[in-house]
Amino acid sequence: MILSHLLFSSLGQITTDLLLRVLFLDDYNTRVVVLGVMVLGLAGGVVGGYMLLRKHALLGDALSHSTLPGIAAAFMVMASFGGSGKSLPGLLLGATITGSAGVGCVMLIRRYTRLKEDAALGIVLSVFFGFGIVLMGFVQRMKAGSAAGIETFIYGKTAAMLASDAQLIALVALICVGLCALLYKELKILSFDPAYTATQGWPVLLLDGLMMAMVIGVTVVGLQAVGLILVIAMLIIPAASARFWTHRLGRMLVLSAVIGALSGWMGASISALLPRMPAGAIIVMVAAGAFVISLFFGQQRGVVARWVRYVQLQRQVGLQNLLRTCFELVETRQLQHDEDGHPRIPFNMLLEAKSWSPRYLRRLLKRADHDELLNTLPQAVIELTDTGMVEARRQAREHRLWELYLITHADIAASHVDRGADMIEHVLGTEMVLQLEKLLEQQSHPVVPATPHRI
Amino acid sequence: MMQSPSPTSSTVADSDSDKPVAPAHAAPVETTPATGDEHSFDAPLSIHDMTVAYHRKPVLWDVDLDLPEGRLIAIVGPNGAGKSTLIKAVLDLVPMVSGRVLVYGKPYRRQRALVGYVPQRESVDWDFPVSALDVVTMGSYRKIGWLRPVTRKWRDLAMESLHRVGMADYAHRQISQLSGGQQQRVFLARALVQQARIYFMDEPFAGVDAATEKMIIRTLQDLRNQGQTVVVVHHDLQTVPEYFDHVILLNMRVVAHGPVKSVFTAENLQKTYGGRLTLLDEAAEALRRAGGK
Repeated sequence: MILSHLLFSSLGQITTDLLLRVLFLDDYNTRVVVLGVMVLGLAGGVVGGYMLLRKHALLGDALSHSTLPGIAAAFMVMASFGGSGKSLPGLLLGATITGSAGVGCVMLIRRYTRLKEDAALGIVLSVFFGFGIVLMGFVQRMKAGSAAGIETFIYGKTAAMLASDAQLIALVALICVGLCALLYKELKILSFDPAYTATQGWPVLLLDGLMMAMVIGVTVVGLQAVGLILVIAMLIIPAASARFWTHRLGRMLVLSAVIGALSGWMGASISALLPRMPAGAIIVMVAAGAFVISLFFGQQRGVVARWVRYVQLQRQVGLQNLLRTCFELVETRQLQHDEDGHPRIPFNMLLEAKSWSPRYLRRLLKRADHDELLNTLPQAVIELTDTGMVEARRQAREHRLWELYLITHADIAASHVDRGADMIEHVLGTEMVLQLEKLLEQQSHPVVPATPHRI
Repeated sequence: MMQSPSPTSSTVADSDSDKPVAPAHAAPVETTPATGDEHSFDAPLSIHDMTVAYHRKPVLWDVDLDLPEGRLIAIVGPNGAGKSTLIKAVLDLVPMVSGRVLVYGKPYRRQRALVGYVPQRESVDWDFPVSALDVVTMGSYRKIGWLRPVTRKWRDLAMESLHRVGMADYAHRQISQLSGGQQQRVFLARALVQQARIYFMDEPFAGVDAATEKMIIRTLQDLRNQGQTVVVVHHDLQTVPEYFDHVILLNMRVVAHGPVKSVFTAENLQKTYGGRLTLLDEAAEALRRAGGK
């Protein structure tokens, strides 16, 4: 949106009024186009979700490139029979035939040679596409019919879309989404574990074929709007984006459909305003925007969410280690106390106790000070507060309970315990601590068992 | 399209009766069957002259087996001996060059509901967006049937199965958040929910923790004690006598099969591993196991 605003102001031709008209589908022609592409995005999102999970993403790419010879051949056949050669159903039929043939070739190569899938895909994609380009060369030279506009299938041109084309897209989309809803459970088990699915007696070949047919359907009807080079993006990007937000298949598919539809809507709208911009590219850019946002901010697997979780754990671990070290020092060293019995620990003593850098330790202390676990006194001395002492005792206790557990119940040499314990003890819940107490027949709070190894 | 086998066949009905199953050590000693056609028709599994080849290279030669009912059976052999392939050929996952597989006297394809399968854990993508409960529910999909949604009843059944393998608390976890041992238990639960009569498990102990291994073997023993037949591809020779009643020693051919007591001998092992079972191999095997943990 911002991008489009910038472009428009620089062009200085298009008023905000027009922009709003397009975005809100005032104009009949634009409405047809935008709705068509939106529905395409929706279907692409759902079908692409399964395709991605079935690990057939690149097969879709080989498929879309394999449609080109079909389009060119269909044009030649239709033109030689006297038509204009540009009947859309005829061209799409051609696209379907060679597209399916491309997929078939990949399957055959994989089945009957020792070539791996990536090689099979590369071969089929380039050979079919190259053959398509050759045929396109012939088409351009043909006298019969007008070849102008055929090349829009390569990059896509939404403006060329008619109401009947949009209806075709809507029909295919409806069938695909309907099938995905009906066969939700069948496609789920197939995508997760095809071998097991076969042992259960499901017709895996049929289900796989159905899934591929849906991918072919979406690809072929999307050719005109998005172009054969980029149509794969409508299948992969929304699904991949949705995966960052959820761990549930149903939600992922719905979200994928929403992202696909939004990308289609915004991409088609923007391209309607920019006469020379291929819609496919704009749609892909919008979808890529959604992908980047998901990559960073996705709730379940986004980079930011994972980073925050990591930092939180690091902080928790750091603070717990600090408190435990404080307790161990109180336990083993002669320390000064204030009049209320709060122990005072010199900064250097803490520094020597663990392999902390001075800077890291200062940061830890600052945080602990902020949490009112200790007070930083002048002359580089810290003093534990009441809360700090209780917490330190608790940390040391849980650490040692865990160590004892590992020694007595997991056959781990005592000298190796400290590291293992370090990892898990930080995430022990109350219930687990109770279990540990029971197992080790330890009295509950506040007795801290002696450490099983040298500190 | 529905291929629901008929569990009403007399052989199956017989095996469903609650006759107590003799404990392993009391089982009559069976000898390795000689070649011949005397296959018993109510055996849970009988394999006739199975040969399997990948790209013309034979992997299994003339496998001829009848498995006894209600036993815990290990398939043991060196790497590349065709252990997994044997299971996959039985389950029609890899094509046979020749041979015939009968489950309770009928072709496998008609008896699928009686056969449970636990594939190798690495065979699927554990990053798939489903929960443990979802995966276990998949074991019931065939019974639920085409196009029908998964209802409460089936989820409850799956929950019960998860409970059985001690994974009820993790039912709603996404499967990538489970440890290797927990994932293996989920796979086991998925097979259990099917309530099959014969189970095939491909290395269920690979890469699992000690607690899970004990738990799994206890579950398998329970199945055996209820009269089910359990066939396990197994890698650890040391635990064979402790865990299993029967053993199939495999190295492209069946070297020997029968009760562990009579068949699991140094001589047969020597034949199976072709003298390759040197100290180094044993050490490598131990390392593999340790590395998996």
